Amino acid sequence: MGYAIETENLSKEFPSGFLNLKKKTSLEGLSMQVENGEVFGFIGPNGAGKSTTIKLLMGLIFPTAGTARILGKPVSDTAMHRDVGYLPEQPYFYDYLTAAEVLDYFARIHDLKVGDRQERVQKMLKKVGLETAGKIQLRKYSKGMLQRVGVAQAILHDPKLVILDEPMSGLDPLGRREVRDIILELKREGKTVMFSTHILSDAEMLCDRIGVIVGGKLRGVGAPGQIVDIKARGMEILFEMKGSSSAPLLKNAMQTGDRYRLHVEENELYPAIEQLRGAGARILSLSQVKETLEDFFLHLVATDRAQAAAVEVSEK
Amino acid sequence: MKTGISKPWLLVLVVPLGFAGIWRLQHKIDEQQAALSQEQDIVVLQSPRLAKLMSLEYAPLMADVYWTRVVQYYGNKHIKQETNLDSLWPLLNITTTLDPNLLVAYRFGAMFLSQRRPTGAGRPDLAVELIQRGIKANPDYWRLYQDLGFVYYYDLKDYKKASEAFLEGSKKPGSQLWMKVMAAKIAEEGESFSTSVFLWRDLYENTQDPLLKNNALTHLQLLQVQLDCAQLNQLAEVHEKKYGKRPARMSDLVQAGILRGLPQDPAGYPYVFAEDGKADLNLNSPLLEKRLLMERVQQGAAKH
Amino acid sequence: MKRIWIVALNTFREAVRDRVLYSMVFFAFLMMAAAVVVGQISIGIEDVVIVSLGLSAISVIGLLIAVFIGVGLVSKEMDKRTLYALLAKPVKRWEFLLGKFGGLLVTLAMNTLAMAAGLFLAMLYVKHSLHAADLVVLVAVYFIWLKLALVVALALLFSCYTTPLLSILFTAGLYVVGLYVLELRDMPLDAMKPGTAAFVKAFSYLLPNFQNYDVMALAAHGRVVPGSLILSNTLYTIVYCTIVLSVAAVVFSRRNLK
Repeated sequence: MGYAIETENLSKEFPSGFLNLKKKTSLEGLSMQVENGEVFGFIGPNGAGKSTTIKLLMGLIFPTAGTARILGKPVSDTAMHRDVGYLPEQPYFYDYLTAAEVLDYFARIHDLKVGDRQERVQKMLKKVGLETAGKIQLRKYSKGMLQRVGVAQAILHDPKLVILDEPMSGLDPLGRREVRDIILELKREGKTVMFSTHILSDAEMLCDRIGVIVGGKLRGVGAPGQIVDIKARGMEILFEMKGSSSAPLLKNAMQTGDRYRLHVEENELYPAIEQLRGAGARILSLSQVKETLEDFFLHLVATDRAQAAAVEVSEK
Repeated sequence: MKTGISKPWLLVLVVPLGFAGIWRLQHKIDEQQAALSQEQDIVVLQSPRLAKLMSLEYAPLMADVYWTRVVQYYGNKHIKQETNLDSLWPLLNITTTLDPNLLVAYRFGAMFLSQRRPTGAGRPDLAVELIQRGIKANPDYWRLYQDLGFVYYYDLKDYKKASEAFLEGSKKPGSQLWMKVMAAKIAEEGESFSTSVFLWRDLYENTQDPLLKNNALTHLQLLQVQLDCAQLNQLAEVHEKKYGKRPARMSDLVQAGILRGLPQDPAGYPYVFAEDGKADLNLNSPLLEKRLLMERVQQGAAKH
Repeated sequence: MKRIWIVALNTFREAVRDRVLYSMVFFAFLMMAAAVVVGQISIGIEDVVIVSLGLSAISVIGLLIAVFIGVGLVSKEMDKRTLYALLAKPVKRWEFLLGKFGGLLVTLAMNTLAMAAGLFLAMLYVKHSLHAADLVVLVAVYFIWLKLALVVALALLFSCYTTPLLSILFTAGLYVVGLYVLELRDMPLDAMKPGTAAFVKAFSYLLPNFQNYDVMALAAHGRVVPGSLILSNTLYTIVYCTIVLSVAAVVFSRRNLK
């Protein structure tokens, strides 16, 4: 059985510097596979090489080394694009057209028949929440609306594989939820989805597997919880207290009116709670304080510098 | 790097084949356009007023354009046909209408409108008209009178008018002294060898235009040939008197001590004696062809 | 094949919705009106003046469109990244290129026809009647369109590998050079070494020669343009455009989109 996406030693160098004499490596020796039917997240900080990888897959730029295959075919085969949907980073479309016209244009390119086309276009507009704005020229659209058009054109032709480059960027929480729902729906329909993001929580929620890329190199592939071993750094207590108190803990807390936030180490949790109870505080919530993803990445880079081996965890 | 059009070899085929086609097509189009442009010019040439109106304040510039055409046509060796000479007058007409101060155009007309075909258009009357227009627009330029006098003298053989022209010109500022002398000489003698030589030499030395200069030079050379042949004929008669027969070749004259060395024409080719015993140009000399083109010179020789 | 047509139609639609285009056409019509006025002044040759001025206007406007919009065909899509989504679809890069080319050609055809119509109206006004001989003006306009096609092809080629500004400069520069190709041949070749002279001469035949399309004097005087020239120029344009577009296709196919 083949893979949906497969790369082998994929590398990309860009000429840079004065007179383009130097070379900047933005991707080095990427070898990975995406299984059919899974949702794969491509995680990494900005400039790590996520977009570069995706552009290489879509044939927008050409590798300096290595190969890549989509649905078993080489990436240079444009006919294969029939089964692939792509959302570019910060999409932009012909601003003199309306959303309906853009989708219709793309539908024609995809060789959809007339009746089918109209139906599809309307369905897509509805799906991304743009059915009322369908007749307005794109030059009047906000960034979020453009992002939705982008998603629409990516799934318009019912592709087997959908590749999304930063699909959540520019969207408000409602929009993000809609995109998340679309991705889950695609998964239910048996499609393969690959998307890139630097927001870990999105990946954790949606992906079967994630691949971590930092500094142009793949750091590890595996199930979300396993691959990112983010250490908890303690607990945060949110409590309410009226009036003042002499409890020593309060000194370390952040105060906003009657509400306080206090950060304690895990082993100090229960003593702290006792102290607060004694002081007459009302505990509102308890949550884990996690290392941020950025901290994690920096940590990786540092480990890299110390020349540790790459993290490879067993598959899901 | 595999790409969308993975056939760069297609290029290796298309580019050379394509340019081969372009080569052929371009030649074809050149021919077609050349044929058309002759037609085009005839049409445009039909109205000097038209040309002037169209160019308005760019008239002198357009005059230059037409002037370039004149030089091109006249200098162009392959297309030197009857039609070109027909176009000479209209072209000069328009040029001088557009820019009456383009003096070289009048001088050009004087020489090439008046001379017989195929060297010139053979229309001395038009040459006179042209120069008179030039005089009207530039009344103090004495050389125009020289040119006018020249046409009357050389082509129209009207010595009275020639003399009058030279006289008139001699009164203009900057004119050379010989103008007055020439007026008197022509009035008295009509056509003469020395007058012709003088006038051609003056033209040769005082014009910058290469076509005019060349033409003057040729005339001077042919006049020289006339002189040389006449002198050689005289020497041949001396030989006859001395030895009872005319010399068969030039070397006979040298052997007889009458000549010091083999005489050469201005082009550097040795003179020969023709079948009729008269001295003449060598068959290889380029001056022979030039003389054929200017038969008038032979007629002039008869007079002299 | 069909995809080329789809891209072409979209390009045409873009041009039609681009307000700049209308102002240019409007300007051209203004010129026609001016021609009528000028024609009143020069008695006896109004028709010549109008045809000359009109054809010149059509040529100049057409060239402006061909160069500026021609260069923008690819550059705009690359700058604005509209190209990304499109190339991710099952359309080949050369199909995209040909579609853009075709779209602009159709636009130019509509434009020049519209302006030609304006010219014919002006001619009618001035001459009070038109004859069959006046159809030569249509041939002159056709030649202008052929010339524009070649200019668009060149603009496309340059915009595939260099910046918009340089593309405009190169295209305009090549056009000017192409007007003086014949003069290149008349250069004092004897002054050069025989090798250089032969090269210059050969080169002058291969450069795009825009004088080929000039029949303005004929058109102004109602003379006939021979069919052989019409055929030759058409073939010349087709062959040259094929060369240029092939090179453009290969260049574009290897280009990394930033």
